[in-house]
Amino acid sequence: MAAVCALALAFVLLLPRTQPYATGDPAPGGQRTAYATRAKADTCKDSEAHDRSLSPSSADGPTLGAIRSRGYLSVGVDQNSYRWGYRNPNNSTGELEGFDIDLAHRIAKDILGDENKVQFRAIPTNERIPAIRSGRVDMVVRTMTITCDRLRQVAFSAPYFLTGQQVLAPKTSEITGYDASLAGRKVCSGTGTTAYDHLSADKKNGRLPASTDIATTVPNQLDCLVRLQLGEVDAVVTDSALAASQAAQDPAVALKGTSFTREFYGVAMKLGADDLVRRVNRTLEDYRKDGGWKESYDKWLSATLGRESSAATPPTASYR
Amino acid sequence: MTHAPTSSTAPPHPAPPRRTALAEGAERLRHAATTEPGRLRVIGAVLALLVVAFGTVTALQTTHRATAADDVLHRSQPLSSDAADIYRSLADANTMATSGYLAGLQETTATRERYESDIRTAAAKLVTAAANSAPGSPSAATITRLNELLPRYKGLVEAARANNRQGFPVGGAYLRAANDTMQNEMLPAAEDLYQKENQRLSADYADATPYPWAAIALGVVALAALAWAQRRTYLRTNRVLNHGLVAATAATTVVLLWLVIGHSVARAGLNGSYTHGVRSLSVLHDARIASLKARSNENLTLVSRGAETRTLKDGTVMDAYDWAYDQELDRLAKTLAHADRLADDTAGRTPVRVANESMKVWKSRHELARRANDSGDYQKARDRVIGTTAEDESTGECFDNVDTSLASALTHETNEFKQAARAGLAAMTGLPAGSAVLAVLGAAGAVLGIGRRLSEYR
Repeated sequence: MAAVCALALAFVLLLPRTQPYATGDPAPGGQRTAYATRAKADTCKDSEAHDRSLSPSSADGPTLGAIRSRGYLSVGVDQNSYRWGYRNPNNSTGELEGFDIDLAHRIAKDILGDENKVQFRAIPTNERIPAIRSGRVDMVVRTMTITCDRLRQVAFSAPYFLTGQQVLAPKTSEITGYDASLAGRKVCSGTGTTAYDHLSADKKNGRLPASTDIATTVPNQLDCLVRLQLGEVDAVVTDSALAASQAAQDPAVALKGTSFTREFYGVAMKLGADDLVRRVNRTLEDYRKDGGWKESYDKWLSATLGRESSAATPPTASYR
Repeated sequence: MTHAPTSSTAPPHPAPPRRTALAEGAERLRHAATTEPGRLRVIGAVLALLVVAFGTVTALQTTHRATAADDVLHRSQPLSSDAADIYRSLADANTMATSGYLAGLQETTATRERYESDIRTAAAKLVTAAANSAPGSPSAATITRLNELLPRYKGLVEAARANNRQGFPVGGAYLRAANDTMQNEMLPAAEDLYQKENQRLSADYADATPYPWAAIALGVVALAALAWAQRRTYLRTNRVLNHGLVAATAATTVVLLWLVIGHSVARAGLNGSYTHGVRSLSVLHDARIASLKARSNENLTLVSRGAETRTLKDGTVMDAYDWAYDQELDRLAKTLAHADRLADDTAGRTPVRVANESMKVWKSRHELARRANDSGDYQKARDRVIGTTAEDESTGECFDNVDTSLASALTHETNEFKQAARAGLAAMTGLPAGSAVLAVLGAAGAVLGIGRRLSEYR
C-alpha cells in the first residue's frame, strides 16, 4: 500500500515534467497521468500518511550544503504552545522552550555541530506551508500533523509524536465530548488546522449537530483559550497534546471525552529536499534510541499528558 | 375644479381701502420734506439711525469674532490638543505594554508606571472631551466608544500580565488581543476624535478672522452721511462747526478706526497663533505619533518573531512589523523635516534638531538589531531594542530621546500659540461694549446737532 502511495506521489510530483512528453505520445502518456491521479486519490489515507517518509541517512546533499554554508538552521516554530514551543516569560533570556524546540536544537546539533546555531521564526498556523515553500524557513517543527493533503505541498519526516483531536470546555460545561452535546454551541478552532477540517467535514456528514457554530477560527489555537476564558465560545477543538497544554494554563477548563482521531506530528520540509528529510529521519532514529526523546517528554509533557499514556512512547517509524 | 360664484351680494362699488400706516407715514414724510424743519427732522433721524446701526452691527460682529477667538484659545485648541493627547496616551500605553511583555521579568517600574499614567491621562482627557461634546454628536459617539474600549483593553493587558507571571503563554495571546483592540478599534477612534476636534478648531479660526465687512461698510456710510449733513449745514448757515455733528463724527471715526485696527491686530495675532502655533503643533503631534508607532512595531517585531508577514510589490516577503517600522520611521523623518521648516526661532528649532539626531542614531542602531535578529541572535537583538544599560546601545534610549525632545518642542509651540492667540484676543477686548457706547453717544450727538439747528426755526 505504501509503495503504491509513494508511486502515486512521485507521479504527481513529476506531472509538469511528464506532460510535455505526453504530447509526443498522447495515448499512453495521457492514460498514465490519469491513472496516477486516480491512484493517488484512492490510495493515500490520512491514517497511513505518516508511513511514507524517506529512509534515514546522514549523507550530504545540496540542501544540507546550503544550510552549512549559511551557518545556521532556520526553523519555523510556535511561541504560543505551552510546553511545546513557547516563550517562558519567567525565563530572563526570552528564549523559546518546549518539546518542539528541543527537537529543533537537536536537529541543529546533528547538522551543524552546535545546538544553538538555529534561528527560530514564529509562524502562525496557516503560514506553516507557505513559509516552507517560499524558503523562509528550512523546516517547520510546530505540532504539525502529517496528512495526505499536506504531503502534496511539503515533505514530512517520520512521525515523532502521536496525538488526536479532542474537545476542551469549561469543567462546569454540559459538553461531554465530540458528540451531540455540541448542539447549538460555539466551537473555536485554529485557521488552517486539521481540527477545523474535521469540524466542517463532520458537520456536513452529520456526525456533528447542524446547529454547532464553527465560524470562530483564530490565527493560533491558544487564541481559542482566550475566547473560551472571555466567554465568547463554548468549546475548543484541537490536538489533545495542545488541548492538554491549554488545560494546564487554566484549572477551570478540562478535556472532554476521548480523542476522536489518531494523528502524528512530523517535521515538515520543502518538497525535494530529500537529503534534509533523510538527515532529520536519522536524527529522529537516534533521538528515540539515545533517550533524548524520552528525556524531553518527561521534562515538558509528562506533567500534562501523563507518564503512561499512549503519547508517552515515541511512535515507531516505517519508511516507504 | 372651479368654484361657481357663491355670492352675488358683493357691493358693486367697494369702499376705497383704508390707507396703510406705511403709506400714511410716507405721505407725512413727503409733506414734511417740503419744509426745512421737516427735512432737518428726517436728516437727524437718518443720521442717528445710521450711527446706531453701525454701532450695533459692530458690536454684534465683534462679539461673534471675539467669542470665536476666545473659543480658539480656551476651548477648541485645548480640546484638539486633548484629543492629540488621548491618541498619544493610548499609543504610548500600548508601546509600554509591548515593551513590558518583551522584557518579561525585567520589566522596569518606569515602564509599568508610564503605562498606568498613560491610561489615567487618556481616561481623564476623555472625561473633558465628553463634557465639551454636544450630546448625540458624532464626537460624543466616538468618545462613548473609547470609554467602552478602554476598560476592555486594560482588562486584556492585565490578563496578559497575570498569565505571564505564571509563565503561561496564553498571556501572549491576551497581549495580541489587546494589541488588536488598540490598533484596530481604539486608535482609529482616537484619530477620528482628533480630526473632529481639529475641524472645530478650523471652524473657530474661520469665524474669528474674517474682516467685519458689514460693520466697516456701515461705518463708512455713516461717516459719509455725517460729512454730507455738515457740508449742507455749512452751505446753508455758513457756520463751520456743528458741535453735535462733530461729536457724532468723532465717535463714529473712533469706532471705525478701533474696529479696523483692533480687528487687524487681533487677526494678525490669531493668524500668527495658527502659523506659529497650531501648524507646528499638528506636525509635531504627527511626528510623535510616528515615533510611537515605530517603537511599537519595533517591539512587536521581536514579540511576534515573524508571525506576520507582508508580501511587497516586487514579491519579497518581509516581516509585517519590520515593514511597518520602516514606514513609520520614514514618516518621522519627513514630519521632523517639516517641523524644522515651520519652527521660527531657536527655542523651537533646537528640540526638533535633537529629535532628528536621535532618530538617526535610532535608525542605525535598529539596523544592528535587525541584523542580529536576521542572523538568529535573538538575545542580542532583544538587548539592542529593550536594553537598559548604556553598553547595550539600545534603540529604546533613542526612542526616549526623540519622545522627550518632541514633548519639549510641543510645550514651546503651545506657549507660542497661547501668547499669539492671547495678544489677538486682547486686541478685541472692549470693542463690542465700546462700540455700543460710542455709537449711542454718536447718535445722541447727531440728534443734538440737528436739534440745535431745528431750534433756530422756533
